[in-house]
Amino acid sequence: MTTTLELVVAGRRRRARRRASIVGVLLVLAAALFAASLVYGRTVYPIGDVWAVIRGEEVPGATFTVGRLRLPRAVLAVIAGFAFGLGGVTFQTMLRNPLASPDIIGITGGASAAATIGIVFFSLEGAQISVLAIVAGLMVAMVIYALSFKDGVAGIRLILIGIGIAAMLESVTTYVLSKAGQWDLQEALRWLTGSLNGSSWSDVVPLLVASLVLVPLLLSRTGALGTLPLGDDTAAALGTRVEATRLVVVLAAVGLIAFATAATGPIAFVAFLAGPIAARLVGPGASLLVPAALVGAVLVLLADLVGQYALDTRYPVGVVTGVLGAPYLVYLIVRTNRAGGNL
Amino acid sequence: MTTDHRLVAQQLTLGYRERTVIEGLDLEVPPGQITAIVGANACGKSTLLRSLSRLLAPTHGQVLLDGKQVHRLPAKELARTLGLLPQSPIAPEGIAVSDLVGRGRTPHQGMFSRWSSDDDVAVAAALDATQTAELADRPVDELSGGQRQRVWIAMALAQQTDLLLLDEPTTFLDVSHQVEVLDLLTDLNRSRGTTIVMVLHDLNLAARYADRLIAIAGGTVHSSGEPRDVLTEDMVRAVFGLDSQIITDPTSERPLMLPLGRHGVVGSTADGRRSQ
Repeated sequence: MTTTLELVVAGRRRRARRRASIVGVLLVLAAALFAASLVYGRTVYPIGDVWAVIRGEEVPGATFTVGRLRLPRAVLAVIAGFAFGLGGVTFQTMLRNPLASPDIIGITGGASAAATIGIVFFSLEGAQISVLAIVAGLMVAMVIYALSFKDGVAGIRLILIGIGIAAMLESVTTYVLSKAGQWDLQEALRWLTGSLNGSSWSDVVPLLVASLVLVPLLLSRTGALGTLPLGDDTAAALGTRVEATRLVVVLAAVGLIAFATAATGPIAFVAFLAGPIAARLVGPGASLLVPAALVGAVLVLLADLVGQYALDTRYPVGVVTGVLGAPYLVYLIVRTNRAGGNL
Repeated sequence: MTTDHRLVAQQLTLGYRERTVIEGLDLEVPPGQITAIVGANACGKSTLLRSLSRLLAPTHGQVLLDGKQVHRLPAKELARTLGLLPQSPIAPEGIAVSDLVGRGRTPHQGMFSRWSSDDDVAVAAALDATQTAELADRPVDELSGGQRQRVWIAMALAQQTDLLLLDEPTTFLDVSHQVEVLDLLTDLNRSRGTTIVMVLHDLNLAARYADRLIAIAGGTVHSSGEPRDVLTEDMVRAVFGLDSQIITDPTSERPLMLPLGRHGVVGSTADGRRSQ
């Protein structure tokens, strides 16, 4: 005869174990893909050479190819994927709807429209573009919030307005790119679907710094985010300061998304897919922040490898994630139509 | 557990935008007792309950817990003393019962929500008290309405507050589950001394289970006190606009309200007029 206490402890341990093992598997997977994207390429370098380069030793050929090309690219893939995944799942949890991802409701679109305008019309670069993208992301978030505010914000109204704004912003980006002089297709695709081509350490640094600040800030709100899916009133009754939490969390999530977009362009659907995939993996109820962030990193690493080497032509990472994400979006809209979907 | 927390509303005015729902209401929640708030639809019962638990800021007046304004108290500190079960809380898809009940521990946990053995004990006690232990691993969305309501109450119990406010905890339940929930709340009150305030639709169940009734009409307290003093024919007419007859319930010796509609009463005519 088991006591209720034993039952409670056993249930909690089982859920925690499942979550921990999923997080472990995702970590191993991310590490393996990371290593693979350093080793693999037109020239395959043995892992020993790669390790030597990472430690700072001179290896003919590898020092340039791995150290200058592949390493920043792989590091950027990890951090951007992490940021997209975390930012996306935060929005989805907060608004209790998987469609509420920042890449669906126009926040990513705002960041990339602003970045393209900055590049094409004002010849901005580096940190200036990051700042512009972040300001634009925040502004779009505020505009959507303001437009959907009527006796509080209803999730579905916010999402529909966001989808409309996303479409508008995408056409702005396309228009601006068409005005760009000798813009090559690759650079254009970076701002339409996201790409890791031509990544350098100067892309990594701002995103890394932002992540070091914003990720702990978001993770510190795990408890509050765990109460929001129970409804605003229940969350408040459990001691969550609903509006204050929402403000902090939105700012942090938009910041992450905008910094990542400034670095890689809006890698399609990663923010949107990471949360639901993580939810399927860890099971109901568990906090999805860390699992979704890791799923994001795995998705970007994997999609970049596929895009570069699995097909005849090299495709930017966003094309591959786009192919994965679009059918899921359609599925979700169909399901939401029937039932009012949940994460 | 202490039962001497005092929850008081003074000159409370509540509303949404221009629409005032409650105006100049004074109220004292008797500690250690069960209080039922009754009133017609849209009279502001739920609004009042939300304000008592700080979910709605008053336009005028104040709500005091032990002499301090609830709107000034730190959110978590308040949530350790005063719990609220809203009318329609949302269960995340697929969440297990014990996991949901565990959310009640949030105000007792720190920033990164570290779980302690106290939390396990509280959750187990809440499951036992609500007889939901055998459901612990089941997904909440697979449960019946009555079971689900007990699970929500278990979550509120896990919060271990001395004061518990409930907004229509018996809505959507059939009569046996209504009685079950009210019995459970009475157990809680008798064994732990938890002060309970609930909004109830059913006047007769309110009169049977509550130590005190508060009748709300016209944005303020119409009458309050023991059920026998509050549940009168005059009150029912003034608050609900309904003729009624009050008798003494032989099973509880509490007042029992019999509505006098146009039909279904001895002596009523076919066109619905009552013979004098």
